[in-house]
Amino acid sequence: MTSSSVRRHKATGLAVLLVGLLATGFGYAAVTGTAQASAPTANASQIEAGKKLYLEGCATCHGLAGQGSSDGPSLIGVGAAAVDFQVKTGRMPLAQPTNQAPRKAPVYNDEEIAALAAFVASLGAGPAIPTAEQVDTEDANLAEGGELFRTNCAQCHNFAGKGGALSYGKYAPSLMDATPTEIYEAMLTGPQNMPNFPDASLPEEEKKAIIKYIENLQQGDSPGGLALGSLGPVTEGVFIWTAGLGLLLAAAVWIGAKVR
Amino acid sequence: MSVIVKEAGRAISRADERAPISSLLKANLRKVFPDHWSFMLGEIALYSFIILLLTGVYLTIWFKPSMTEVVYNGSYAPLVGIKMSEAYASALDLSFDVRGGLLLRQIHHWAALFFMAAMVVHMFRIFFTGAFRKPRELNWVIGGSMFLIVLLEGFAGYSLPDDLLSGVGVRIVAGIIEAVPIVGTYLMFFIFGGQFPGNDFIPRLYTFHVLLVPGILLALIGLHLILIFYHKHTQYPGPGRSNTNVVGFPLFPVYVAKAGGFFFVVFGVTALMGGLVSINPIWAYGPYVPDQVTAGSQPDWYIGFLDGMLRAMPNWEWEDFLGRTWSWNIFIPGAVMPGILVGLLLAYPFIEAWVTGDKREHHLLERPRNNPTRTGIGVAAIVFYGILVINGANDLIAITFNLSINQLIWFTRIAIFIAPPLAFLATRRFCLGLQRRDREKLLHGRESGQILRLPHGEFIEIHTPISDDEKAVILSKEDYPVVAAPPATDENGVRTPGLRAKRWRARLSRAYFGDNIQKPTPAEIEAAAHHSHEEHDHEVEELHAGGKEVPAVLGPDSH
Repeated sequence: MTSSSVRRHKATGLAVLLVGLLATGFGYAAVTGTAQASAPTANASQIEAGKKLYLEGCATCHGLAGQGSSDGPSLIGVGAAAVDFQVKTGRMPLAQPTNQAPRKAPVYNDEEIAALAAFVASLGAGPAIPTAEQVDTEDANLAEGGELFRTNCAQCHNFAGKGGALSYGKYAPSLMDATPTEIYEAMLTGPQNMPNFPDASLPEEEKKAIIKYIENLQQGDSPGGLALGSLGPVTEGVFIWTAGLGLLLAAAVWIGAKVR
Repeated sequence: MSVIVKEAGRAISRADERAPISSLLKANLRKVFPDHWSFMLGEIALYSFIILLLTGVYLTIWFKPSMTEVVYNGSYAPLVGIKMSEAYASALDLSFDVRGGLLLRQIHHWAALFFMAAMVVHMFRIFFTGAFRKPRELNWVIGGSMFLIVLLEGFAGYSLPDDLLSGVGVRIVAGIIEAVPIVGTYLMFFIFGGQFPGNDFIPRLYTFHVLLVPGILLALIGLHLILIFYHKHTQYPGPGRSNTNVVGFPLFPVYVAKAGGFFFVVFGVTALMGGLVSINPIWAYGPYVPDQVTAGSQPDWYIGFLDGMLRAMPNWEWEDFLGRTWSWNIFIPGAVMPGILVGLLLAYPFIEAWVTGDKREHHLLERPRNNPTRTGIGVAAIVFYGILVINGANDLIAITFNLSINQLIWFTRIAIFIAPPLAFLATRRFCLGLQRRDREKLLHGRESGQILRLPHGEFIEIHTPISDDEKAVILSKEDYPVVAAPPATDENGVRTPGLRAKRWRARLSRAYFGDNIQKPTPAEIEAAAHHSHEEHDHEVEELHAGGKEVPAVLGPDSH
């Protein structure tokens, strides 16, 4: 038998399909098996429910076993925090492939998100969803948070958390709608273009301080009056050339008008 | 009562014997100024300057231009306990702990933006009406220099609080100075007193901002105004206005009241903005720390074109055999281009005077349409500047309109070469079109929109003659003769001196005025008036005489 006749044999297609399926199945079992061992707290029925949702809504891009594909990254080891962040802010599931997933209304309810998170966490150990205690900013230091924010966050998210442009149409989103948990999760997992800030580089206390500063920004206090979007001198320049100079020119026309 | 009057009179005459003010006032109080709203644009700049002086004095009382490190302990909670320079801390105290401090700071900053904006629109008016022509070239140069000086002054003021935003701007300036070939580093160390940021720059900038520049500006503004008095104000063309008179109202009481009132309008609007609209919220930026930066770091609008140029510049950099870096990517947009632009701005009156060969004095303003090439150059310059300003804000535009910042940069790189010439051509065509329309108006009157059908079926549009006022305005147009190139040699075969320059001048002159539509001569106007009377009016009269209604009048009046 020549090699080409082997390829053309009636049973070859079937055999290749079998091998492929078996490999995927065993691989899947191997992966999920080890993951479950490292995430013992999740209950099995929740993981099962999450898996179902995952296969329906996520597997097309992230792969049947969360291993990723050309359309989406691997989810093994991203942890529950990443799922909670991405799905709760509506970024996932993606509506269409663009430069970046925008924030939108979430597709799944809280129970479904918890199930999805439990399932993905079961694929491999990763950051867990922060507890209420972890995002309690009561005792955090506001000024220190500001200092940390300016050092780590302002360069992309702007001094007032209004967001900023990155290269090639990507952007750092506005933080005005982000909840403390979401901010914490984002720092832990580094969604999209954001770097992640594990506890080794940004301890829990510092994360809390940053969240407190962002909460302060979200209140939108503007001691100087109308904030003009808190975007810096550009909107101030637009204002002076429209409203400001407009008023003065109107006054000049009025004063300079011919007396008839 | 009479005693008081007598005593007062005596005191005044005693004073006047020593300082002869009354004769000065007598000579100038009745000086006539023409009336037009666009003549008040420069006033906005002047009043903004006065507001800046007044509010600036208040700010100097509390601002401490010192780089000494202090720990903030004022009333703005998000910064309590943070280390910062004394300059920044005192600017915070000024904003939160000094009564009226924030209001005055905001008025000061808004007035600065007004100052620059008003100077720009004032410059537009001067440029587009040809008010810079002889004898006012010097005043154009003074004004242009003030524009440049105020630009630097504004940058200094923006930088003084030593906040994160302005610190980034200072860093860029330090970079531009460093990019000067060969001497850059030395120059930077000289200006900053060592490594960036150092402790010397803010105190030095303070002296520059509150002492040196205001002093120079006061002197230049004085000179600017004295020259306006001396040259007398230009006026727009109109009935009874000529190059040798000024039609208007006396300084006292009309303009004293108008200008005085306008000062309060400007002050009022600026104070309103200072009270209601936040500007430069330094507390939100935080203190300057060289390793921090915020997204959307932009300068005030008048520096925006420099930032835009810097952002658009390709990354050209050489390293020579001595290992020196030639940072063209920063030096060209940061220093060379601004130098060229300012040079062109200041030299423009002289360039145009050379091209036209015009040695006459001009006190009557030119309508922008009547000098299409100048108007085109002006619009092209505005487009050029506008593209750069927009590119200076490209990150905000990208995120607001969901665009890619890289595409915006490429748009700028291409548009900066294509859009200004297109704007020039379009404006020039537009002006020539308006000139044709003017000529048409003089010869045949204004189109009334009424279409008349004559008995034999012809349709004509009724033209109504224009008013004498409008005629005077249109007739003010000066016809510029195109300068012809001299022959290469004279009749004795001697080469004409400066032939190349003269040929260039002929070429430019043709470009400037070659397409200008000639104003109709009085004879032509007379002939045209005669012609239309004979043809149309005659026929219309005939219709009326025949006892018939005018058959079909279509147009705005017919319904």
